[in-house]
Amino acid sequence: MTNQSTDSKLSEIETVKLRLSETLAGISLEWSEFRSQTRVICPAAELLKCLKAFKAVGFDQLTDLTAVDLLEYGNVNDRFEVVYCLLNVDSGLRLIAKTYLNEPDLTIPSATSVWFGADWPEREVYDMYGIIFSGHPNFKRLLLPDEFQSFPLRKDYPVKGRGERHNFPVITRAES
Amino acid sequence: MATQVNKQLGDNIFLTKLDAAASWARANSLWPMPFATACCGIELMSTAASKHDLSRFGSEVMRFSPRQCDLMIVAGRVVMKMLPVLQRIWLQMPEPKWCISMGACACTGGVFDTYAVVQGVDRFMPVDVYVPGCPPRPEQLIRSIIDLQEKIQSGGTVNAREFKLRILPEGPARFDEDELVRIRERNGFKLEDQKYDPVH
Repeated sequence: MTNQSTDSKLSEIETVKLRLSETLAGISLEWSEFRSQTRVICPAAELLKCLKAFKAVGFDQLTDLTAVDLLEYGNVNDRFEVVYCLLNVDSGLRLIAKTYLNEPDLTIPSATSVWFGADWPEREVYDMYGIIFSGHPNFKRLLLPDEFQSFPLRKDYPVKGRGERHNFPVITRAES
Repeated sequence: MATQVNKQLGDNIFLTKLDAAASWARANSLWPMPFATACCGIELMSTAASKHDLSRFGSEVMRFSPRQCDLMIVAGRVVMKMLPVLQRIWLQMPEPKWCISMGACACTGGVFDTYAVVQGVDRFMPVDVYVPGCPPRPEQLIRSIIDLQEKIQSGGTVNAREFKLRILPEGPARFDEDELVRIRERNGFKLEDQKYDPVH
Protein backbone atom coordinates (compact mmCIF):
# COMPACT_ATOMS: atom_id res chain seq x y z
CA MET A 1 0.00 0.00 0.00
CA THR A 2 1.45 3.38 -0.96
CA ASN A 3 1.64 6.30 1.37
CA GLN A 4 -0.85 8.16 -0.74
CA SER A 5 -3.58 5.54 -0.33
CA THR A 6 -2.87 5.35 3.41
CA ASP A 7 -3.33 9.09 3.59
CA SER A 8 -6.60 8.92 1.69
CA LYS A 9 -7.83 6.14 4.04
CA LEU A 10 -6.93 8.33 7.01
CA SER A 11 -8.85 11.27 5.64
CA GLU A 12 -11.80 8.96 4.94
CA ILE A 13 -11.76 7.84 8.56
CA GLU A 14 -11.69 11.50 9.65
CA THR A 15 -14.78 12.15 7.52
CA VAL A 16 -16.51 9.13 9.10
CA LYS A 17 -15.60 10.37 12.58
CA LEU A 18 -16.99 13.79 11.77
CA ARG A 19 -20.27 12.39 10.45
CA LEU A 20 -20.62 10.08 13.43
CA SER A 21 -20.02 12.90 15.89
CA GLU A 22 -23.07 14.60 14.34
CA THR A 23 -25.40 11.56 14.22
CA LEU A 24 -24.29 10.22 17.60
CA ALA A 25 -24.12 13.54 19.42
CA GLY A 26 -24.29 12.99 23.17
CA ILE A 27 -22.86 9.46 23.06
CA SER A 28 -19.22 9.31 24.09
CA LEU A 29 -17.25 7.22 21.58
CA GLU A 30 -13.65 6.41 22.41
CA TRP A 31 -11.52 6.35 19.24
CA SER A 32 -8.07 4.83 19.00
CA GLU A 33 -5.62 3.78 16.33
CA PHE A 34 -3.37 0.71 16.21
CA ARG A 35 -1.18 -0.06 13.17
CA SER A 36 -3.54 1.93 10.91
CA GLN A 37 -6.57 0.03 12.22
CA THR A 38 -9.28 2.24 13.61
CA ARG A 39 -11.05 1.13 16.78
CA VAL A 40 -13.99 2.63 18.54
CA ILE A 41 -15.41 1.72 21.94
CA CYS A 42 -19.15 2.22 22.30
CA PRO A 43 -21.12 2.28 25.56
CA ALA A 44 -23.13 -0.94 25.91
CA ALA A 45 -26.31 0.97 26.73
CA GLU A 46 -26.29 2.79 23.38
CA LEU A 47 -24.88 -0.08 21.31
CA LEU A 48 -27.72 -0.58 18.86
CA LYS A 49 -27.91 3.13 18.11
CA CYS A 50 -24.16 3.19 17.42
CA LEU A 51 -24.28 0.11 15.16
CA LYS A 52 -27.14 1.62 13.14
CA ALA A 53 -25.14 4.83 12.77
CA PHE A 54 -22.08 2.85 11.62
CA LYS A 55 -24.18 1.20 8.94
CA ALA A 56 -25.61 4.56 7.91
CA VAL A 57 -22.11 5.97 7.26
CA GLY A 58 -21.33 3.10 4.88
CA PHE A 59 -20.16 0.10 6.91
CA ASP A 60 -22.55 -2.28 5.17
CA GLN A 61 -20.83 -5.58 6.00
CA LEU A 62 -20.28 -7.23 9.37
CA THR A 63 -17.21 -9.34 8.61
CA ASP A 64 -16.95 -10.83 12.07
CA LEU A 65 -18.49 -10.70 15.50
CA THR A 66 -16.67 -12.20 18.42
CA ALA A 67 -15.89 -11.69 22.10
CA VAL A 68 -12.92 -11.66 24.45
CA ASP A 69 -12.85 -12.73 28.09
CA LEU A 70 -10.64 -10.19 29.85
CA LEU A 71 -10.49 -12.03 33.18
CA GLU A 72 -7.00 -11.54 34.67
CA TYR A 73 -5.93 -9.69 31.52
CA GLY A 74 -3.54 -6.87 32.32
CA ASN A 75 -5.07 -4.06 34.33
CA VAL A 76 -8.44 -4.13 32.59
CA ASN A 77 -11.44 -3.77 34.86
CA ASP A 78 -14.14 -5.09 32.55
CA ARG A 79 -14.92 -8.77 32.15
CA PHE A 80 -16.08 -9.23 28.53
CA GLU A 81 -15.44 -7.35 25.33
CA VAL A 82 -17.71 -7.88 22.31
CA VAL A 83 -16.00 -7.02 19.03
CA TYR A 84 -17.71 -6.07 15.76
CA CYS A 85 -15.46 -6.02 12.68
CA LEU A 86 -17.06 -3.81 10.05
CA LEU A 87 -16.26 -3.24 6.38
CA ASN A 88 -17.36 -0.68 3.87
CA VAL A 89 -17.50 -2.83 0.74
CA ASP A 90 -17.38 0.15 -1.67
CA SER A 91 -14.39 1.99 -0.22
CA GLY A 92 -12.61 -0.89 1.56
CA LEU A 93 -12.62 1.05 4.83
CA ARG A 94 -12.61 -1.04 7.99
CA LEU A 95 -13.72 -0.28 11.55
CA ILE A 96 -13.42 -2.32 14.74
CA ALA A 97 -16.25 -1.48 17.14
CA LYS A 98 -16.06 -2.78 20.70
CA THR A 99 -18.21 -2.70 23.77
CA TYR A 100 -17.58 -3.85 27.34
CA LEU A 101 -19.84 -6.06 29.43
CA ASN A 102 -19.75 -7.05 33.06
CA GLU A 103 -21.44 -9.68 35.17
CA PRO A 104 -24.19 -10.13 36.23
CA ASP A 105 -25.89 -8.32 33.33
CA LEU A 106 -24.50 -9.98 30.20
CA THR A 107 -27.30 -8.89 27.88
CA ILE A 108 -26.77 -6.69 24.85
CA PRO A 109 -29.06 -5.99 21.90
CA SER A 110 -28.69 -8.29 18.90
CA ALA A 111 -27.13 -6.85 15.75
CA THR A 112 -29.29 -9.05 13.52
CA SER A 113 -31.68 -6.15 12.88
CA VAL A 114 -28.75 -4.16 11.42
CA TRP A 115 -26.72 -6.90 9.69
CA PHE A 116 -28.55 -10.22 9.40
CA GLY A 117 -25.17 -11.96 9.10
CA ALA A 118 -24.80 -11.53 12.86
CA ASP A 119 -27.15 -14.52 13.34
CA TRP A 120 -24.63 -17.37 13.67
CA PRO A 121 -21.72 -15.36 15.17
CA GLU A 122 -24.01 -14.19 17.98
CA ARG A 123 -25.12 -17.74 18.66
CA GLU A 124 -21.48 -18.84 18.73
CA VAL A 125 -20.56 -16.04 21.14
CA TYR A 126 -23.42 -17.15 23.38
CA ASP A 127 -22.24 -20.75 23.09
CA MET A 128 -18.69 -19.97 24.13
CA TYR A 129 -19.05 -16.96 26.49
CA GLY A 130 -22.68 -16.92 27.64
CA ILE A 131 -23.38 -13.40 26.41
CA ILE A 132 -27.09 -13.00 25.70
CA PHE A 133 -28.20 -11.12 22.59
CA SER A 134 -31.72 -9.87 23.09
CA GLY A 135 -33.92 -9.62 20.00
CA HIS A 136 -32.16 -12.45 18.16
CA PRO A 137 -34.64 -14.37 15.94
CA ASN A 138 -33.42 -17.90 16.84
CA PHE A 139 -31.39 -17.73 20.01
CA LYS A 140 -29.93 -21.08 21.06
CA ARG A 141 -26.58 -22.86 21.14
CA LEU A 142 -24.84 -23.23 17.77
CA LEU A 143 -21.91 -25.66 18.18
CA LEU A 144 -22.21 -27.42 21.53
CA PRO A 145 -24.98 -29.84 22.49
CA ASP A 146 -28.19 -28.19 23.71
CA GLU A 147 -27.87 -29.76 27.15
CA PHE A 148 -24.39 -28.30 27.73
CA GLN A 149 -24.40 -26.16 30.87
CA SER A 150 -21.14 -24.16 30.80
CA PHE A 151 -19.51 -21.63 28.51
CA PRO A 152 -16.13 -23.18 27.65
CA LEU A 153 -14.17 -20.20 26.29
CA ARG A 154 -14.51 -18.32 29.57
CA LYS A 155 -11.16 -18.09 31.33
CA ASP A 156 -12.51 -19.60 34.55
CA TYR A 157 -13.63 -22.79 32.76
CA PRO A 158 -11.04 -25.62 32.88
CA VAL A 159 -9.62 -26.69 29.50
CA LYS A 160 -10.54 -30.31 30.20
CA GLY A 161 -14.08 -29.43 31.14
CA ARG A 162 -16.08 -30.41 34.17
CA GLY A 163 -16.68 -34.03 33.21
CA GLU A 164 -19.20 -33.39 30.42
CA ARG A 165 -17.21 -35.59 28.06
CA HIS A 166 -17.65 -38.59 30.39
CA ASN A 167 -21.38 -38.19 30.76
CA PHE A 168 -22.70 -40.83 28.35
CA PRO A 169 -24.31 -44.26 28.71
CA VAL A 170 -21.92 -47.21 28.35
CA ILE A 171 -22.94 -49.91 25.87
CA THR A 172 -21.62 -53.35 26.78
CA ARG A 173 -21.07 -56.01 24.13
CA ALA A 174 -23.77 -58.32 25.50
CA GLU A 175 -26.50 -55.69 25.20
CA SER A 176 -25.56 -54.34 21.77
CA MET B 1 -14.99 -93.26 11.33
CA ALA B 2 -13.29 -90.33 9.69
CA THR B 3 -10.75 -92.64 8.06
CA GLN B 4 -13.58 -94.78 6.74
CA VAL B 5 -15.26 -91.72 5.20
CA ASN B 6 -11.95 -90.59 3.70
CA LYS B 7 -11.44 -93.99 2.18
CA GLN B 8 -14.85 -93.91 0.59
CA LEU B 9 -14.94 -90.30 -0.61
CA GLY B 10 -11.34 -89.09 -0.80
CA ASP B 11 -10.88 -85.31 -0.49
CA ASN B 12 -14.38 -84.50 -1.64
CA ILE B 13 -15.82 -84.02 1.86
CA PHE B 14 -14.42 -82.08 4.81
CA LEU B 15 -15.58 -82.60 8.33
CA THR B 16 -15.60 -79.56 10.61
CA LYS B 17 -17.58 -77.86 13.33
CA LEU B 18 -20.39 -75.51 12.42
CA ASP B 19 -18.78 -72.80 14.58
CA ALA B 20 -15.48 -73.08 12.71
CA ALA B 21 -17.16 -73.05 9.30
CA ALA B 22 -19.22 -69.97 10.15
CA SER B 23 -16.22 -68.15 11.65
CA TRP B 24 -14.08 -69.00 8.61
CA ALA B 25 -16.68 -67.52 6.31
CA ARG B 26 -17.23 -64.43 8.45
CA ALA B 27 -13.54 -63.71 8.99
CA ASN B 28 -12.82 -63.68 5.27
CA SER B 29 -15.75 -61.49 4.37
CA LEU B 30 -15.72 -58.53 6.75
CA TRP B 31 -17.77 -55.60 5.53
CA PRO B 32 -16.43 -52.43 7.19
CA MET B 33 -18.50 -49.46 8.23
CA PRO B 34 -16.04 -46.56 7.81
CA PHE B 35 -16.75 -44.16 10.68
CA ALA B 36 -14.07 -41.75 9.51
CA THR B 37 -14.10 -38.43 11.34
CA ALA B 38 -10.53 -37.16 10.90
CA CYS B 39 -7.14 -37.76 9.29
CA CYS B 40 -7.25 -41.51 10.12
CA GLY B 41 -10.03 -41.62 7.54
CA ILE B 42 -7.51 -40.67 4.86
CA GLU B 43 -5.33 -43.61 5.83
CA LEU B 44 -8.41 -45.81 5.84
CA MET B 45 -9.17 -44.70 2.28
CA SER B 46 -5.56 -45.32 1.34
CA THR B 47 -5.80 -48.83 2.81
CA ALA B 48 -8.76 -49.58 0.60
CA ALA B 49 -7.19 -47.98 -2.47
CA SER B 50 -5.11 -49.74 -5.10
CA LYS B 51 -1.67 -49.37 -3.49
CA HIS B 52 -2.44 -51.26 -0.28
CA ASP B 53 -5.53 -53.04 -1.62
CA LEU B 54 -7.55 -54.19 1.37
CA SER B 55 -9.47 -56.59 -0.87
CA ARG B 56 -6.50 -58.97 -0.69
CA PHE B 57 -7.74 -59.67 2.83
CA GLY B 58 -11.40 -59.89 1.98
CA SER B 59 -12.71 -56.78 3.66
CA GLU B 60 -12.84 -54.20 0.92
CA VAL B 61 -16.62 -53.85 0.71
CA MET B 62 -17.13 -50.56 2.56
CA ARG B 63 -20.77 -49.77 3.11
CA PHE B 64 -22.11 -46.50 4.42
CA SER B 65 -25.26 -48.18 5.68
CA PRO B 66 -24.73 -49.83 9.09
CA ARG B 67 -27.38 -52.43 8.26
CA GLN B 68 -25.05 -53.96 5.68
CA CYS B 69 -21.87 -53.97 7.77
CA ASP B 70 -20.27 -56.17 10.39
CA LEU B 71 -17.05 -54.29 11.14
CA MET B 72 -17.07 -50.80 12.63
CA ILE B 73 -13.81 -48.93 12.02
CA VAL B 74 -13.75 -45.81 14.20
CA ALA B 75 -11.13 -43.68 12.44
CA GLY B 76 -10.57 -40.33 14.09
CA ARG B 77 -11.50 -38.32 17.13
CA VAL B 78 -15.04 -38.50 18.44
CA VAL B 79 -16.52 -35.42 20.09
CA MET B 80 -19.38 -35.16 22.55
CA LYS B 81 -21.90 -34.42 19.81
CA MET B 82 -20.70 -37.34 17.69
CA LEU B 83 -20.67 -40.06 20.36
CA PRO B 84 -24.47 -40.61 20.46
CA VAL B 85 -24.35 -40.91 16.65
CA LEU B 86 -21.54 -43.47 16.89
CA GLN B 87 -23.42 -45.49 19.50
CA ARG B 88 -26.59 -45.42 17.44
CA ILE B 89 -24.78 -46.60 14.29
CA TRP B 90 -23.15 -49.37 16.35
CA LEU B 91 -26.56 -50.51 17.62
CA GLN B 92 -27.95 -50.46 14.09
CA MET B 93 -25.34 -52.92 12.83
CA PRO B 94 -26.60 -56.53 12.70
CA GLU B 95 -24.94 -59.35 14.67
CA PRO B 96 -22.29 -60.64 14.57
CA LYS B 97 -20.23 -57.45 14.52
CA TRP B 98 -16.80 -56.26 15.58
CA CYS B 99 -15.15 -52.93 16.19
CA ILE B 100 -11.67 -51.59 15.40
CA SER B 101 -10.60 -48.42 17.19
CA MET B 102 -8.16 -46.85 14.75
CA GLY B 103 -5.60 -44.25 15.82
CA ALA B 104 -4.59 -42.47 19.01
CA CYS B 105 -7.70 -40.26 19.13
CA ALA B 106 -10.25 -43.05 18.84
CA CYS B 107 -8.33 -45.12 21.41
CA THR B 108 -7.55 -42.46 24.02
CA GLY B 109 -8.51 -39.00 22.80
CA GLY B 110 -4.94 -38.42 21.61
CA VAL B 111 -3.66 -34.87 21.88
CA PHE B 112 -7.23 -33.57 22.10
CA ASP B 113 -7.49 -33.60 25.88
CA THR B 114 -10.26 -30.98 25.91
CA TYR B 115 -13.77 -30.60 27.26
CA ALA B 116 -15.51 -31.68 24.07
CA VAL B 117 -13.48 -34.72 22.96
CA VAL B 118 -14.31 -38.21 24.20
CA GLN B 119 -11.21 -39.78 25.75
CA GLY B 120 -11.43 -43.10 23.91
CA VAL B 121 -14.50 -44.68 22.34
CA ASP B 122 -13.96 -47.85 24.40
CA ARG B 123 -15.30 -45.96 27.41
CA PHE B 124 -18.77 -46.07 25.89
CA MET B 125 -18.86 -48.97 23.42
CA PRO B 126 -17.07 -52.33 23.02
CA VAL B 127 -13.84 -52.44 20.99
CA ASP B 128 -12.15 -55.62 19.70
CA VAL B 129 -8.87 -54.36 18.23
CA TYR B 130 -6.95 -51.15 18.96
CA VAL B 131 -4.62 -49.65 16.36
CA PRO B 132 -2.04 -47.19 17.72
CA GLY B 133 -0.53 -44.42 15.62
CA CYS B 134 -1.23 -40.85 14.66
CA PRO B 135 -2.43 -41.71 12.10
CA PRO B 136 -1.59 -45.44 11.75
CA ARG B 137 -0.07 -46.50 8.47
CA PRO B 138 -2.23 -48.63 6.18
CA GLU B 139 -0.01 -51.62 7.01
CA GLN B 140 -1.02 -51.28 10.65
CA LEU B 141 -4.70 -51.25 9.77
CA ILE B 142 -4.21 -54.32 7.57
CA ARG B 143 -2.43 -56.00 10.50
CA SER B 144 -5.37 -55.18 12.77
CA ILE B 145 -7.78 -56.72 10.29
CA ILE B 146 -5.62 -59.87 10.08
CA ASP B 147 -5.57 -59.99 13.89
CA LEU B 148 -9.33 -59.59 13.99
CA GLN B 149 -9.71 -62.41 11.47
CA GLU B 150 -7.60 -64.61 13.74
CA LYS B 151 -9.73 -63.58 16.71
CA ILE B 152 -12.93 -64.43 14.87
CA GLN B 153 -11.59 -67.79 13.68
CA SER B 154 -10.26 -68.78 17.08
CA GLY B 155 -13.29 -67.89 19.18
CA GLY B 156 -16.26 -67.31 16.89
CA THR B 157 -19.50 -69.22 17.21
CA VAL B 158 -22.28 -69.71 14.71
CA ASN B 159 -24.95 -68.15 16.92
CA ALA B 160 -22.61 -65.45 18.30
CA ARG B 161 -22.93 -66.75 21.87
CA GLU B 162 -19.38 -65.59 22.76
CA PHE B 163 -20.68 -62.01 22.78
CA LYS B 164 -23.26 -62.84 25.44
CA LEU B 165 -20.43 -63.36 27.93
CA ARG B 166 -19.16 -59.80 27.57
CA ILE B 167 -21.58 -58.24 30.02
CA LEU B 168 -19.19 -55.74 31.62
CA PRO B 169 -17.95 -52.43 30.19
CA GLU B 170 -14.54 -53.10 28.65
CA GLY B 171 -13.03 -49.62 28.57
CA PRO B 172 -11.40 -47.71 31.42
CA ALA B 173 -13.85 -46.93 34.18
CA ARG B 174 -14.67 -43.36 35.01
CA PHE B 175 -12.26 -42.03 37.56
CA ASP B 176 -13.50 -42.42 41.14
CA GLU B 177 -13.51 -39.09 42.99
CA ASP B 178 -12.29 -40.76 46.21
CA GLU B 179 -9.40 -42.22 44.23
CA LEU B 180 -8.54 -38.68 43.19
CA VAL B 181 -8.45 -37.60 46.83
CA ARG B 182 -6.17 -40.51 47.71
CA ILE B 183 -3.78 -39.77 44.83
CA ARG B 184 -3.60 -36.11 45.78
CA GLU B 185 -2.86 -36.94 49.41
CA ARG B 186 -0.22 -39.46 48.37
CA ASN B 187 1.46 -36.82 46.22
CA GLY B 188 1.33 -34.21 48.97
CA PHE B 189 -1.35 -32.03 47.36
CA LYS B 190 -4.35 -30.64 49.15
CA LEU B 191 -7.87 -31.20 47.87
CA GLU B 192 -8.42 -27.46 47.44
CA ASP B 193 -5.41 -27.14 45.13
CA GLN B 194 -6.95 -26.42 41.75
CA LYS B 195 -3.71 -26.69 39.81
CA TYR B 196 -3.41 -30.45 40.16
CA ASP B 197 -6.28 -32.26 38.50
CA PRO B 198 -5.58 -35.62 36.88
CA VAL B 199 -9.24 -36.37 36.17
CA HIS B 200 -10.47 -33.62 33.91
